[in-house]
Amino acid sequence: MNINWFKYASPASFYPLAGKMIPWFAVPAVILAVIGLIMGLFILPPDFKQGESYRIIFIHVPAAWMSMVIYLAMAFWAIIGMVWNSRLSSMMATALAPTGAIFCFLALWTGALWGKPTWGTYWVWDARLTTQLILLFMYFGYMALHAAIEDPRRAARASGLLAVVGAFNVPIIYFSVQWWNTLHQGASITPTKSEMAASMASVMLIMAIAAWLYSIAVTLKRVRCEILDRERHAAWVAELSTEAK
Amino acid sequence: MLQVSGLFCERGDRQLLNGLSFTLKPGQLLHVRGANGAGKTSLLRIIAGLLLPTAGDVLWQGKPTQQQREDYHGDLLYLGHLDGVKGDLSCIENLRIDNELLGAEISEASMMAALEKLGLSGFEEVFAKQLSQGQHRRVGLCRLLMSQAKLWVLDEPFNALDVKAVGLLAGLIEVHLERGGMALLTTHQDVPLSTERVSEITLGQV
Amino acid sequence: MLAIFHTILARELTLGLRRKADVLMTLFFCVIVASMFPLAVGPEPALLKTMGAGIIWVAALLASLLSLERLFSADYIDGTLEQMIISRHPLALIVFAKVVAHWLTTGLPLVLISPLLALQYGLEVQDGLVLVATLLIGTPILSLLGAVGAALTLGLRGGGVLISLLVLPLFVPVLIFGAAAVDDAAAGLVIEGHFSLLGAMLVSALILTPWAVASALRISIE
Repeated sequence: MNINWFKYASPASFYPLAGKMIPWFAVPAVILAVIGLIMGLFILPPDFKQGESYRIIFIHVPAAWMSMVIYLAMAFWAIIGMVWNSRLSSMMATALAPTGAIFCFLALWTGALWGKPTWGTYWVWDARLTTQLILLFMYFGYMALHAAIEDPRRAARASGLLAVVGAFNVPIIYFSVQWWNTLHQGASITPTKSEMAASMASVMLIMAIAAWLYSIAVTLKRVRCEILDRERHAAWVAELSTEAK
Repeated sequence: MLQVSGLFCERGDRQLLNGLSFTLKPGQLLHVRGANGAGKTSLLRIIAGLLLPTAGDVLWQGKPTQQQREDYHGDLLYLGHLDGVKGDLSCIENLRIDNELLGAEISEASMMAALEKLGLSGFEEVFAKQLSQGQHRRVGLCRLLMSQAKLWVLDEPFNALDVKAVGLLAGLIEVHLERGGMALLTTHQDVPLSTERVSEITLGQV
Repeated sequence: MLAIFHTILARELTLGLRRKADVLMTLFFCVIVASMFPLAVGPEPALLKTMGAGIIWVAALLASLLSLERLFSADYIDGTLEQMIISRHPLALIVFAKVVAHWLTTGLPLVLISPLLALQYGLEVQDGLVLVATLLIGTPILSLLGAVGAALTLGLRGGGVLISLLVLPLFVPVLIFGAAAVDDAAAGLVIEGHFSLLGAMLVSALILTPWAVASALRISIE
């Protein structure tokens, strides 16, 4: 089978394809999230040390993972967009940012909620929370730059470059914060000191997959909006709207 | 030789250039015409490499300009709406920096001569911010005398110039063309040049 | 190649000398910010001593941030930036000369004034010297990374605030290692590691950022 992948690099042909793909990601995402949450919140036994409060890590950890992955994905699409001058790639980068920021915020929020019963305070300068906070600032910077530039092409190129520079710095920031944290002997979020039970690990995995699928579905949805917005003068968009009427 | 092929350009919601193509040969001048907002400045900035077209190519000596940026810029002289003259530097200091940026490598005496030719003798050590608008513009125009560029891209070069300076500039362009140079220019005035070398395109017409 | 670097550097320094107020403003800003903290947290000598290095680093960070907006904007407004972009010389080299000049006129004065601030916070002489050394390696990184932000936000409304949002997160590693070196020196620990890490960051910033700035300027000039 010989598929011409480059055909789908054009916004006009990607738009309907993305539309068809969304349910294939969205439906499993919902199913897996429901399964994962039921198992994580109700079926698994409470932790012998932390009691019920440990259950929040089933949201916290996948969200934290996702927020990192999405930043790197943004930089990846930005690089593709720069090298091949492909508009669709830069639209992908733009579409990923809000989802990444939401996961980042979710990780911080759940981290704070977990901190209250565990450390007795909502905020501790723990290495992972601090990295998440800085990452959230980077997402905000990306989105603020994109929003500040009126010309859509300049906005995409400038914020894409920022994402690439940021992605270079993410590992440096991550390790410096880790090091800073061990230096000052701060607290750290770790589920349990003993090795994670297999049942816990599998729930975590289910939730992580759900987060991936959700991110893809939402990003595709957002890319579709972005395509319509940027191509609103193209003939095929006009045809689309007359068909709808 | 400058070749422009299938150039498209969008600014905001408007389609400015729709597959524009032309070729400019040595000794030719292209007068770009069009109403305000027709995309004259955008076209010139695309050719200068300051603006990326939505689609299409600009070829210099048969090669895309983006693949030979520094070589192409060595052959190019661009004067835009902004003079590119630093107010906090004196006229001669401005020229020294232009000399280096253009890679012209001309002597101090030639720079003085350029200033003199443009009627700025006595102003060498004066800060550019203290000059009148026309004089300020002339400091920028000194580049025409300094550079050995083959391609001149001039956006409204006659603006803010008095009659004498307009004549002088027209003369410079003519000499440049006679030497086998090429030029693109936009102007709302009639081009005071002998017509056999001048061709015209008008933007914004369907 | 060297001639263009030299010319642009000389140009920037001449302009810096002719606009001394800008240079001095950055310096005073740093001193004032550093002087606000004792007023806010109280004049407890022991407290100030532990916080000193961190505060001076943050003050230097904010001061160099303040000066970043000017890095390209004046050249953007009068069209000289355009001429640099279409110069026959590599833009990255021109940019590098501009950043070096920026550091010489803002970063270096901050380094030179820092012993005075160290004195205000009662740091030991040795620790003060370590502070000066970290600033000497760290502030060029701030100028280089900051130039990327300045180039990306060129000509945008509210550019100054936006630059802060873009580059402050990137400054975090420099801040951490810079301030920690002083703390560890005060605690009698080995600090060679901090300096090698700062040095590595400086080298990679020197190699990579001029290209990023050049691309950013090409995007912003459109």
